[in-house]
Amino acid sequence: MKNFDLIKLPFSKNNPILVQVLGVCSCLAVTAQLKPAVVMALSVTVVVVLANLIISLLRNTIPPRIRIIVQLVVVSTLVVLVDQVLKAYVYDVSKQLSVFVGLIITNCIVMGRLEAFAMVQKPWPSVLDGLGNGLGYSVILIVLGFVRELFGSGTLWGYPVAEKLGLYSIGYENNGLMIMPPMALILVGLIIWWHRSRNKDLCE
Amino acid sequence: MNLKWLEDWFEKIEPKGKWSWLGSTYEAFHTFAFTPKTVTKRGSHIRDAVDMKRSIIIVVIALIPALLFGMWNIGHQTAISTGADWHWFYMWWFGFLRMLPMIAVSYIVGLFIEFAFAQYRGHEVNEGFLATGLLIPMIVPVTTPLWQLALAVAFAVIIGKEVFGGSGMNFLNPALVARAFLFFAYPTHMSGDKVWIANDLWGSDAIAGATPMGQLATGTHLSASALDMLIGTIPGSTCETSVIAIALGAILLLMTGIASWRIMLSVFLGGGAMGLLFNAIGYNDYMQLPFYYHFLMGGFAFGAVFMATDPVTAAQTNTGKWIYGLLIGAFAVLLRVCNPAYPEGMMLSILFMNCMAPLIDHCVVAANIKRRERRALK
Repeated sequence: MKNFDLIKLPFSKNNPILVQVLGVCSCLAVTAQLKPAVVMALSVTVVVVLANLIISLLRNTIPPRIRIIVQLVVVSTLVVLVDQVLKAYVYDVSKQLSVFVGLIITNCIVMGRLEAFAMVQKPWPSVLDGLGNGLGYSVILIVLGFVRELFGSGTLWGYPVAEKLGLYSIGYENNGLMIMPPMALILVGLIIWWHRSRNKDLCE
Repeated sequence: MNLKWLEDWFEKIEPKGKWSWLGSTYEAFHTFAFTPKTVTKRGSHIRDAVDMKRSIIIVVIALIPALLFGMWNIGHQTAISTGADWHWFYMWWFGFLRMLPMIAVSYIVGLFIEFAFAQYRGHEVNEGFLATGLLIPMIVPVTTPLWQLALAVAFAVIIGKEVFGGSGMNFLNPALVARAFLFFAYPTHMSGDKVWIANDLWGSDAIAGATPMGQLATGTHLSASALDMLIGTIPGSTCETSVIAIALGAILLLMTGIASWRIMLSVFLGGGAMGLLFNAIGYNDYMQLPFYYHFLMGGFAFGAVFMATDPVTAAQTNTGKWIYGLLIGAFAVLLRVCNPAYPEGMMLSILFMNCMAPLIDHCVVAANIKRRERRALK
């Protein structure tokens, strides 16, 4: 596989959320607002890139029978670091994300890339693969966060869009369903619908 | 009546050539006006006059008593609350004018989406929406803003039905999906005291007035008598208050065999059994409520007759229908009495059992296979 494909495919035919259907839990939980969604997307991308790099460097020294434990140690270390950085610089978002930062450890995208790619590939392709998958995940999270915050709370990044446009005075109301996780699942479903109708070869 | 001119006109406008993509829209209107000329030519088939068009029309006819009464009741409630002295016909006219835009919005939005999907996929347009489109305005509060109704209809048709392949493929009742959408998206317009009675002919202003369900959920005194609730002169969603009017529709549905008597009966049995169980526990006032009150209040009767019996989303096996109905009734009463967040449990109970119906059928079929297997091996 060409290096460029490693970045490109997770955006199209191998998107971690739309095609592999991994990392759905966090994508439903943290996308009620745009800001936590972006922070979460960045955190996962950083973790998956660095974890891929480290595991790829260690790949020849890891005994196969304990490889999951080694991977977990590396991932948890990175997640704890990310958590500390978030607490130090964006404390309010960190509180909003609460347990979901810690739960990056169990995000199947991270483990999936380590098992499927970094264990058998050289460091540079591993970094690109992590970056591609992290960004592929980020795109969906940001789209969801954008739609859900705009229609669910009438704001974008905390800026009161609907109020500034004067929509409330003509009878507009925020859609309460949008800020509930079930609606995120429906939106992911709609995106998958659109995606499959463009890529017919993905249909089963 | 000689309709030759209409037939000629249909033949003249039949889309050909570059317009042939409009085929299914043409087909829909043509078969709406005339019986299709094409019949199966080969092989053995059971011929029956009841097709989907006819069964849906019977459902629509069965809804008419509840619809007419609901229109009168809209005016009646406004007249009582404002103290106006209106003639009964003016009350009905008031309700008619309130309902008309809601029905129009529901049909226009829903049919537009149905036609668009049918065109795009090259399907025939299904008649299923004729019933759904009428049901949706009948189960929402009268003051629901029209744009919210339009959004709910669009959501119900796309997410509730077309995603799964259109009429007959949906596993949730589309009318209830629309109501559930409104209930969770715009809760202030769907519950509480200030939505059930229209203030004037236009707009979504409402007069305060609690439904029996609302009064019971907040623990205030139940102001309506059982007779009021049986006739339906109480505040509530537009056309679901009168048990008598619903019963008239139920008789038609049962006589024509469109709705399953097993489901209808078992919903009431399940609700009654749960009500009696609560009577026996008698922990609070709500639990001590006579069990038959549950049949009269809120959407129980309407849901049991028109929603639970939807042949697409209900269980298909006979044993399954009993289980499905009993659990709908039981869960509805359970939700009403035990969950203060949801004063009315019928909608959520039916939707929940819609999801469970395929599982029930699977278990019934599997049990039957196992029983016959045992018998054969003996």
